[in-house]
Amino acid sequence: MATAQGKHIYYVPHGSKWPAVGTIGLFTTMIGAANWLNEVSWGKPAFYVGVAILLFMMWGWFGDVIRESLKGMYNSQVDVSFRMGMMWFIFSEIMFFAAFFGALFYARMYSIPWLGGEGDGALTNFYLHSGYAPAWPTNGPDAIGGAFQTIPAWGVPLLNTLILLTSGVTITVAHHALRAGHRTQLLVFLGLTVLLGAIFLFYQAEEYIEAYQHLNLTLGSGVYGSTFFMLTGFHGLHVTLGTIMLAVIWFRCAKGHFTKDNHFGFEAVAWYWHFVDVVWLGLFMFVYVL
Amino acid sequence: MATHAATDHHHADHHDDHDHKPQGFMNRWVFTTNHKDIGTLYLVFAFIMFCIGGAMSGVIRAELMSPGLQFVEPYFFNQMTTVHALVMIFGGVMPAFVGLGNWMIPLQIGAPDMALPRMNNWSFWIMPFAFTVLLCTLFLPGGAPAGGWTLYPPLSLQGGSSVAFAIFAIHMMGISSIMGAINIIATILNMRAPGMDLLKMPLFVWTWLITAFLLIAVMPVLAGAVTMLLTDKFFGTSFFNAAGGGDPVMFQHIFWFFGHPEVYIMILPAFGVVSEIIPTFARKPLFGYQAMVYATASIAFLSFIVWAHHMFTVGMPLGGELFFMYATMMIAVPTGVKVFNWVSTMWKGSMTFETPMLWAIGFVILFTIGGFSGLMLAIVPADFQYHDTYFVVAHFHYVLVTGALFSIIAAVYFWWPKWTGKMYSEKWGKFHFWWTIVFVNLLFFPQHFLGLAGMPRRIPDYNVAFADWNMVSSIGAFGMLCTPVFMFLILWHSKKHGKTATAEVWEGAHGLEWTVPSPAPHHTFTEPPVIKASMLAHGDPTH
Repeated sequence: MATAQGKHIYYVPHGSKWPAVGTIGLFTTMIGAANWLNEVSWGKPAFYVGVAILLFMMWGWFGDVIRESLKGMYNSQVDVSFRMGMMWFIFSEIMFFAAFFGALFYARMYSIPWLGGEGDGALTNFYLHSGYAPAWPTNGPDAIGGAFQTIPAWGVPLLNTLILLTSGVTITVAHHALRAGHRTQLLVFLGLTVLLGAIFLFYQAEEYIEAYQHLNLTLGSGVYGSTFFMLTGFHGLHVTLGTIMLAVIWFRCAKGHFTKDNHFGFEAVAWYWHFVDVVWLGLFMFVYVL
Repeated sequence: MATHAATDHHHADHHDDHDHKPQGFMNRWVFTTNHKDIGTLYLVFAFIMFCIGGAMSGVIRAELMSPGLQFVEPYFFNQMTTVHALVMIFGGVMPAFVGLGNWMIPLQIGAPDMALPRMNNWSFWIMPFAFTVLLCTLFLPGGAPAGGWTLYPPLSLQGGSSVAFAIFAIHMMGISSIMGAINIIATILNMRAPGMDLLKMPLFVWTWLITAFLLIAVMPVLAGAVTMLLTDKFFGTSFFNAAGGGDPVMFQHIFWFFGHPEVYIMILPAFGVVSEIIPTFARKPLFGYQAMVYATASIAFLSFIVWAHHMFTVGMPLGGELFFMYATMMIAVPTGVKVFNWVSTMWKGSMTFETPMLWAIGFVILFTIGGFSGLMLAIVPADFQYHDTYFVVAHFHYVLVTGALFSIIAAVYFWWPKWTGKMYSEKWGKFHFWWTIVFVNLLFFPQHFLGLAGMPRRIPDYNVAFADWNMVSSIGAFGMLCTPVFMFLILWHSKKHGKTATAEVWEGAHGLEWTVPSPAPHHTFTEPPVIKASMLAHGDPTH
């Protein structure tokens, strides 16, 4: 803690080139993506170059932070700043998902019934969408994307729910092991968590293949396909990131970066993992079951 | 990351380099982690963006000076209105406040720097590149976005190549804003000097804390909304397509769930600035300090439940219209608390009217006009008449120009001597103010009349019945276009020839920022200050 009588002990880094690298990476990624979508030939390669620069930036930036941390340059106040940074970052992620959940609820609660003639929508329904009966799932009055079937909740999605919930238990066991100094138990249970994350992703990929190949359920299947794939897709992306983060943390544990009292890197990733877990529970409930 | 309490392994060179600035342009400005340099970068960037956005408004007002089409094609006119708004909101007002926050928050709470200095650098440097992505669309085939800054589908999706560029530019701005806001929250909650309790913080710090919360809560929602636009255009989704079961109105709901808190993101820090300046020049403590804090928090809370007042005419159930009308009107209560507290602070004060005080008083009066027209717009049946007319344009320019922008200018004059160690010319500062007061009202006040008479917004041509007031408004605009030049010259002259400023700068100034020398050294509060009652603007440190 910084105290009035103590010397200046807050670590303020003196300049860093990584943010500049990150800016170039982000700019290249975004310009590349925009040109790719506009079918400009160099867009796609530029996008991948930008992503590579961003990965290089993360490697270097996190590396700097890890080295400084191992040298003992951080005090508990810096630790609190990192914790707040991670907490508010996760809050921003929650709000990002909230936008898509909001779209799902709005479509189900309002736009579909209105298209079906509820409330003030009677004449619109009569003149524009005559014969459209509101229901969920739906791909709208024009049946955009053609007839489709949905993924039953009580098959693979239930399995994936159990997998993610189990991974929440294993990472907690790993955390307790870390705090108790049980190194082998830590590595085993953290490794199990990575494995469960990978299995989840495998089943999710299987589910997508099934949807596209056999159920005709695609991103273009009207508002059902849109909300289904955007919600589960962004969630899957976050599980992917979380799994990579867990794997990195596994190697850092193996290298002995963490002590019983100082392992914020581990905790940050654990928080993130619980966040993707909770989002999945929301998805399972509102996308698959209801 | 492992951390070790109270270690002394930190850089030994860090103690005695109070004014040791990094050598070379790249080290000083591109790789910087210094909150003051990053604050300066933000402010310079915002100034450039204000000039670019101002030039676009010049095109708009030149075209509207008289009926008929004079200078530009209608489609280009639409690009100007769209990009003017995006540049002013995301490139001007928001970065200007982040710059002020960067400069002043660590100084006001006695912190050595921002909590996460490297991320602070990244937050800034994303911005020029984000606006490169946005502004380059002006030179693409099909031009810049032209569907209005609110990007309503289906119109916004009918643009040319610009759609993807605009969306990715907004993503970059959002990433920057979220990181900046996280940094500000972590700084305020974690970096305060001992004795700087939450309810002793300057109001500028309080308003920024709440603003940062709003930013983290709503910028991701905007990111989600524009991502849905992107997938609707390029990947065949049907979020905003009724044929697929979606609804274009759904975009408006999601957008304004971001958009209304965004309004307060642009005005709460302004409230903070004014709450610093008025007590200084009234030589009295701020009236109702705690009420000001709670009013700010109330406004922030209410800002989440009023969004649909931007879309009363789009078609909503009656219950929705009523709820959003009454919720909107409730915002007048905490806002009224603020206005009355500023006035009460001035009551029987030993007032002097230096340039920052003039801008602050101008803010109180003219922002209140914007608040009243906002109340008028909140009334559903009246809004059916006003919606999408110049009345709306007049309203939000009163709150954004004579509100947010006035407070930014006030803050720059107020803290400039602290930043540079030089006083500006009072005479020319006052000239800048009075010139602006005349022309800003010529520019925007007639737009109320035009709107009430039925002139629609976002059109390049209009009925001759509207000609006179449009002429007046355009004359006001041309006067306003001179003001950045004045400000630049005044500040340039001050930097070169200004009188040396004292540490306290203003006779009635209280707060930690006035206890450090002017100009503020490159590093301040490397050791936490011992706070005495006289240093605080609010509250007694012994309690």
